[in-house]
Amino acid sequence: MAAGNFEKYKSDGSLGGNLMEWFDARFPATSMWKAHLSEYYAPKNFNFWYFFGSLALLVLVIQIVTGIFLTMHYKPDAAINSAGVPAAFASVEYIMRDVPGGWIIRYMHSTGASAFFIVVYLHMFRGLLYGSYRKPRELTWLFGIGIFLVLMGEAFFGYLLPWGQLSYWGAQVIVNMFGAIPFVGNDLSILIRGDYVVSDATLNRFFSFHVIALPLVLVGLVAAHVLALHETGSNNPDGIEIKANKDENGIPRDGIPFHPYYTVKDIVGVVVFLMVFSAVLFFAPEGGGYFLETPNFYPADTLKTPPHIAPVWYFTPYYSILRAMVWNFFGLEAKFWGVIAMGASVVIFAFLPWLDRSPVKSIRYRGPITKVMITLFVICFFILGYLGTLPPSPAGELISQVCSVFYFAFFLGMPWWSRMDKFKPVPDRLTMK
Amino acid sequence: MKKLLIALLFAPLLAFAAGATVHLDKWPGSIKDQAALQHGAKLFVNYCLNCHSASFMRYSKLMDLGLTEQQVKDDYMYTADKIGSLMQVASRHDEQKVWFGVMPPDLTVVARARGEAGSPYIGADWLYTYLRSFYRDDNRPTGWNNVVFENVGMPFPLWQLQGQQTLNHETHKLELPAAGQMSTEEYDKAVSDLVGFMVWMSEPQQEFRHRLGWYVLAFLLVLLVPAYLLKKNYWKDVH
Amino acid sequence: MSNQGKMDCGRRRLIVATAAVGGVGTVAALIPFVSSLLPSERAKAAGAPVEVDISKLEPGQMMTVEWRGKPVWIINRTKEMLDTLPKLKDQVADPQSEKEQQPAYAKNETRSIKPEMLVVVGICTHLGCSPGSKFKPGSDEGMSADWQGGFLCPCHGSTFDFAGRVFKAKPAPTNLEVPPHVYLADTRILIGEDKKGA
Repeated sequence: MAAGNFEKYKSDGSLGGNLMEWFDARFPATSMWKAHLSEYYAPKNFNFWYFFGSLALLVLVIQIVTGIFLTMHYKPDAAINSAGVPAAFASVEYIMRDVPGGWIIRYMHSTGASAFFIVVYLHMFRGLLYGSYRKPRELTWLFGIGIFLVLMGEAFFGYLLPWGQLSYWGAQVIVNMFGAIPFVGNDLSILIRGDYVVSDATLNRFFSFHVIALPLVLVGLVAAHVLALHETGSNNPDGIEIKANKDENGIPRDGIPFHPYYTVKDIVGVVVFLMVFSAVLFFAPEGGGYFLETPNFYPADTLKTPPHIAPVWYFTPYYSILRAMVWNFFGLEAKFWGVIAMGASVVIFAFLPWLDRSPVKSIRYRGPITKVMITLFVICFFILGYLGTLPPSPAGELISQVCSVFYFAFFLGMPWWSRMDKFKPVPDRLTMK
Repeated sequence: MKKLLIALLFAPLLAFAAGATVHLDKWPGSIKDQAALQHGAKLFVNYCLNCHSASFMRYSKLMDLGLTEQQVKDDYMYTADKIGSLMQVASRHDEQKVWFGVMPPDLTVVARARGEAGSPYIGADWLYTYLRSFYRDDNRPTGWNNVVFENVGMPFPLWQLQGQQTLNHETHKLELPAAGQMSTEEYDKAVSDLVGFMVWMSEPQQEFRHRLGWYVLAFLLVLLVPAYLLKKNYWKDVH
Repeated sequence: MSNQGKMDCGRRRLIVATAAVGGVGTVAALIPFVSSLLPSERAKAAGAPVEVDISKLEPGQMMTVEWRGKPVWIINRTKEMLDTLPKLKDQVADPQSEKEQQPAYAKNETRSIKPEMLVVVGICTHLGCSPGSKFKPGSDEGMSADWQGGFLCPCHGSTFDFAGRVFKAKPAPTNLEVPPHVYLADTRILIGEDKKGA
């Protein structure tokens, strides 16, 4: 379905029509519209889980627009102002109090950060349920993992900007992780900070990464993700290729044009999402102390670590895996292996298309082993996430070690357990449930 | 199998929920009580603002508490001359550092900073308990210590109001040999008002935020109706 | 599914309803963004009215105070200075201050509340430079021989008399702006507010 095979727009003779024809002759407006919306045939049986792709796009737009406006008022400056407060911290409160409407924009951005991860996690979980990452959509999945990684970078860099206690000490801890890499580690963390501690130099470069470098990459990856998807066509809850069954016009019998069918459906999804989003924004912008962490209402104090540092909730599962590593292997210290395990726990998602050897894609036609494994994985993920918000303790360490082991066993054992299951026959046509 | 799962899920909750520290008294006030907030603001400028700034807060915002510009100027502004000024201390920060060892923290958002993960609004309870938990301790350079914040660097500016509490080392309870200018009930009310002001100050628009939230949700509910019907209309011929 | 082209009425009505309500919501969502571009509380506080004590301002002297980041001149004009004003009637562009460059109470020949005391914003109405004072008549300060005293804008050479009136055939289109001001007492002026609106 390459863009360009579509007929060009023909004017009806009116002024608007002539303009459109002139434009369309020089720009693939009609063909792009058709290829990606009005003649992009999507399976007709998308369910609840299929809202989160377009919602992720919506949150991206919210973050970019609110980010642009926040940048107009925010100052990436660690210098202490005349009131004895770092200028960056003061500028955030300035936005919250002095800028008209500033608090709404700021809460949209902070709530949006957590919403982004919720939506993306659900979107990824959908892929796991229905085998969306499998052939021929491996590249779509890889671009998606790229988006996920850049998003984590965005969140990490952005979290330093309010220059609160957790901003500062969180960045300190994460940057020092790079110090665990043998030989080059220390120099590398100095290179990242541009100083011997997290400082004004660090704040300025993180600001640059957060507002321009990563967003550019992110937008590019999102475009690649969508283009790759539209090349292969969307998967569906049955895990059947709708292109295998086309009518005489070459249109999949089980496909419906994305526009208007899924646009009107997604509008409903957007409205419901905005209700949840607004409920948090207006009634609990702190998200129970997890979206905006309370120690971050203290300005960064370079001499005093807060009693308990926890990353923001979307990082805590990986943080637990980091803390679970307490053993030295091969003459390298546990700190190094912790960083490796944490990195691996994120990157391992990228290998799913090749780890999954099940003969069917969708969980609907897979047996109890898959269902149990996925359930246990989700439970482990939640437990790791919860433990990551707590201070370290012996019991917590043991539980997180058990969960970490299962976390990796889920992925590394997948080539075997995914084949062993009992499978149900897959129908030829989509089922409407 | 299921039992194991449930046990696994709840084990961490049980293991860590018991980690409570000092008992905090519930803050009895409300930020909807305008008279209390005005009183709290007065206590704040009289007793706190000598050492602590509220450097993100403008005096003009006090007019949101139902005060006129003249009232704010006459009764609340001691160091500043312009109504739009920020509530900053007169003394210098480097000097304060010499006097107290640390710079007294800015109090604008302290009520939020004292919250905790899982209970972000507990900061009010903390402040309410803290300001009622000072006791005489001659081992401290300031002569004061605090049950909630051990070895705190802050002297107790409200002692003339409350009186001088002592700690009974056998019962670990605070005792008040002689009341100050206020009875215990009066003092608790005064602290409650002061804490109320600090909660309000930490986000002066919070009432408006809630009000606006209801409008937004109501609007989205209205939008949901045609959006849902439109979806239904299009999808009626998809089988 | 193949009913393209013929659109039933109900559907059309729902599209209009959804678009209308959604449009209202979009416009409402723009409000915080657009209002965030307006002057903040800080800017407003910095732009608050300024109280000036003029008791030490001798005749013939001028003082400059800052209001909203702009210089405001207060000039205690001598009798000689005031006497130049009627003489320049034909040389200035707007002798009676017909254009809205001053509050009503300063719409007179001296452009002031009290005849001797001039309060003007010291910003040239051409492109925003701040003119310099050339109070000495004649060519002593580099002006022409028939100069009666006033102000010269260094950027494009606009000249103004002792009432801030612009001379004819100069780049500046209008007289200097008189800010709202009010006498709180005989020697205290509040600049930026005239207690009428406020």
